[in-house]
Amino acid sequence: MGEPRFEPLSHFEVRPILELTLFGMDISISNSVLWIWLSVFSALLFLLFASRRGLFIPDRMQVLVEMLYLLIRDMVEKNIGKEGMAYFPLLFTLFVFVLFCNLMGLVPGGFAPTSQIIVTGSLAVTVFIFTIILRVVRHKWGFFRAFAPEGLPPVLLLLMIPVEIISFIARPISLAVRLFANMTAGHTVLAVIAFFGLVSPWFVAWAPLGFSIIFTAMEIFIAIIQAYIFTILSCVYIDDALAYE
Amino acid sequence: MDSTTWIPVGMGLAAVGMMGSGLGIGYIFGKMIEAVARQPEAEPVLAKYAWIGFALVETIALYALVIAFIIMGQG
Repeated sequence: MGEPRFEPLSHFEVRPILELTLFGMDISISNSVLWIWLSVFSALLFLLFASRRGLFIPDRMQVLVEMLYLLIRDMVEKNIGKEGMAYFPLLFTLFVFVLFCNLMGLVPGGFAPTSQIIVTGSLAVTVFIFTIILRVVRHKWGFFRAFAPEGLPPVLLLLMIPVEIISFIARPISLAVRLFANMTAGHTVLAVIAFFGLVSPWFVAWAPLGFSIIFTAMEIFIAIIQAYIFTILSCVYIDDALAYE
Repeated sequence: MDSTTWIPVGMGLAAVGMMGSGLGIGYIFGKMIEAVARQPEAEPVLAKYAWIGFALVETIALYALVIAFIIMGQG
């Protein structure tokens, strides 16, 4: 085995596996697409087969699915209220998709689709456009009232409106970058530690190995928390868009 | 001496920004420990908020890491 090269970011490369083009658009199947399919497929399998028997007193796998459902439902009801259940499918899908995509990266040889800014950016922009459409449909021209907080002297308004608009634009950006940076940083640290473990002599190699085990446990924890944070922030933004007059 | 020799310096400076998030995480969990010491029954409610706050603060450290990567890619 040759000397391992120090390329910590090499496993984030998106390589096409099957080149396809449609009307000049490149829709080739890359490893990112493949892993998205794998995570969606495994999420479907898990959700379907764990709740297949539909027992009134749930068995162990069904308890997991029920816990997932209750987690999102309590979050929706607490943040949006009674009519929040209309947005439940979107939030549940977001949570399960982000969770399984994050966890796929921790499987050996796996690739986390959410470590690509384009994947997380698409999810964040989807939620953002959804909240804009919600707000416009709900309040028509009152949409612009969101940028002007109540009870403000008019001279301050001129200062506050650009600030409010900037913070409004910062929401999808921070949503996307938060998830992307967490996944990328975690895997990069794991790659660097693994490199140390590969090149260190045998009497020292237990330290990187031990640390990578502990850090993988931390990564699983962070994957779950980041999925939850993405969902709860989307929930809060939807609630914000539905603001009651 | 061209501009690419300053790239590692830039990355190192970007990493200094993580100091703030270290302080932030210490503050959150220090307050959490204090609050649980005063009222142990409040732990489940507070723990949820503590982990949400932790994730948000850690994200700032990761923004610094993203800037370091952007600088690294400039060379």
